[in-house]
Amino acid sequence: MELILFLVFAGIAVVAAINVVVQRHPISSAVSLIAVMGSLAVLYLLLGAEFIAAAQVIVYAGAIMVLFVFVIMLLNAGGETKAGRSFVASLLGVPVLVALLALLAFFTARIYPRDTEVHFGGFRGGTAQSVGRALFTTYLLPFEITSILILIAIVGAIVLARKELE
Amino acid sequence: MDSFIVISLIKIFVVFGALMTILAYLQWVERKVIAHIQVRPGPYRVGPHGLLQPLADVIKLITKEDLVPPYVNKVLYLAAPFLAITMALLSISVIPFGPKIQVAGYQTWMQLTDLNFGVLFILGISSMGVYGIALAGWSSNNKYALLGGLRSSAQMISYELPLSLAIAAPLLISNTLSLRKLVETQDGWLWNWNLFHGFQYVSFVIFIIAAFAETNRVPFDLPEAENELVAGFHTEYSSMKFASFFMAEYANMITVSCMAVLLFLGGWVAPWPAAYGSGYVPVVIFAVAGVITIWRGLNPRRKRDRYTFPPFGVVFLIVAAVFLVPLLQSALLPLFWFCAKTGAILFLFIWIRGTLPRFRYDQLMGFAWKVLFPVAMLNLLATGLAIAVFS
Repeated sequence: MELILFLVFAGIAVVAAINVVVQRHPISSAVSLIAVMGSLAVLYLLLGAEFIAAAQVIVYAGAIMVLFVFVIMLLNAGGETKAGRSFVASLLGVPVLVALLALLAFFTARIYPRDTEVHFGGFRGGTAQSVGRALFTTYLLPFEITSILILIAIVGAIVLARKELE
Repeated sequence: MDSFIVISLIKIFVVFGALMTILAYLQWVERKVIAHIQVRPGPYRVGPHGLLQPLADVIKLITKEDLVPPYVNKVLYLAAPFLAITMALLSISVIPFGPKIQVAGYQTWMQLTDLNFGVLFILGISSMGVYGIALAGWSSNNKYALLGGLRSSAQMISYELPLSLAIAAPLLISNTLSLRKLVETQDGWLWNWNLFHGFQYVSFVIFIIAAFAETNRVPFDLPEAENELVAGFHTEYSSMKFASFFMAEYANMITVSCMAVLLFLGGWVAPWPAAYGSGYVPVVIFAVAGVITIWRGLNPRRKRDRYTFPPFGVVFLIVAAVFLVPLLQSALLPLFWFCAKTGAILFLFIWIRGTLPRFRYDQLMGFAWKVLFPVAMLNLLATGLAIAVFS
């Protein structure tokens, strides 16, 4: 059952990810990206990381992608036009891509054997309790620094976007 | 395992059927209540007191011509209502209506499924519901629809923040994310409910305000402000596609009302323990309603009341008798309290729709960011501090 679910949602994730690149219209790409995020959330759920799955849906598929769609709708961006492809790109593109994927798969398989548990550094588990405890004990300093970084980014965005007062 | 699947299927059919009926009749209740607020009778022609009006509306919506304008983006235009209604109906699957009950030897919870992260699940699903509206507005290729979709997505993103912060405070008190356990921590007396126990009046009010905005209801129904935007995001939709958006709005209303009840008002728990006679409240209410209705039927003010009132009175008395059957009490009493509390919140929705005018758009956004968000943040901090100090 879990294998079937994994195959289905991994398949959806891959197909939708390819669709993000293939689609010409930004909205179609954005919708495909939402599908990628959603199926990734299901994969997290299959790994037992329920909080991370929920956060993936709320933060990525929900908040961030809504902003993407929002901006595309506001700008009313049209479809992309096809640029002339260079000869080298069409000749080397596919082999290089296959080689890159093969290298990635090989090294992932070497570094993480089949029976490794999912982990992030020394941290395992994905329930709300374990994530919260890890964030506020082991990783307290990086967590706080990240939040200050985000605050600085927000302030910067406001300064850049603000109209000059006369 | 087999019995689990069978029971789950039965529960899904029951919950889905009940939800669909309630959706249809919620609309009737809304039209009736608003009509009475505005001193007019409301739907009156189809069936006694317009009771068959929802059925007539459904037939009308199904048989209407289903028009797809030639200038729309076909795929997204067709996907948007589907997305909206799916996301709206999905969240009912984690909402508990009552405790464990026994039916013919099988024990089962009055809930489709309990997730450890039920609250987060509902938040995630509701954040995905925005896409139905935003994509509908964009794919219609119509400036009014686009503006409606834009307004709605901006509004929902803004109000999701105070909503989540308001939810976080009672979660801190109950110390769980599972909706079932959330109710179990509020068992007992009235003052064990999170609203009173944790002094969560501020977050309750913020939750209700943000819930109004999230469901695009008056006074925050700017996405469909007729006098500026025709019909907003669903301008180009007709027949069942329009009905999907309509149903999604009402389903979202039911979901947020259920959430308010589960988070703040103790879910299916009675205001005081059954040992002090809370089990007889529904019996008394229905019996009194039945007696009054029959009495009014026997001394009619209008001629037709003689024929319409007594049958309803008899129905009320039968319902009152059903609440006395000991076998059914374990299931019916929690369901009664849950429905009574949810119904009260839903009535508040309708009441406010009949009372308040619509906000201006800049007022709406300013209110979310400059008032609700800081207040919700302070409330969360104060709750956290109180828990750290007192426990």
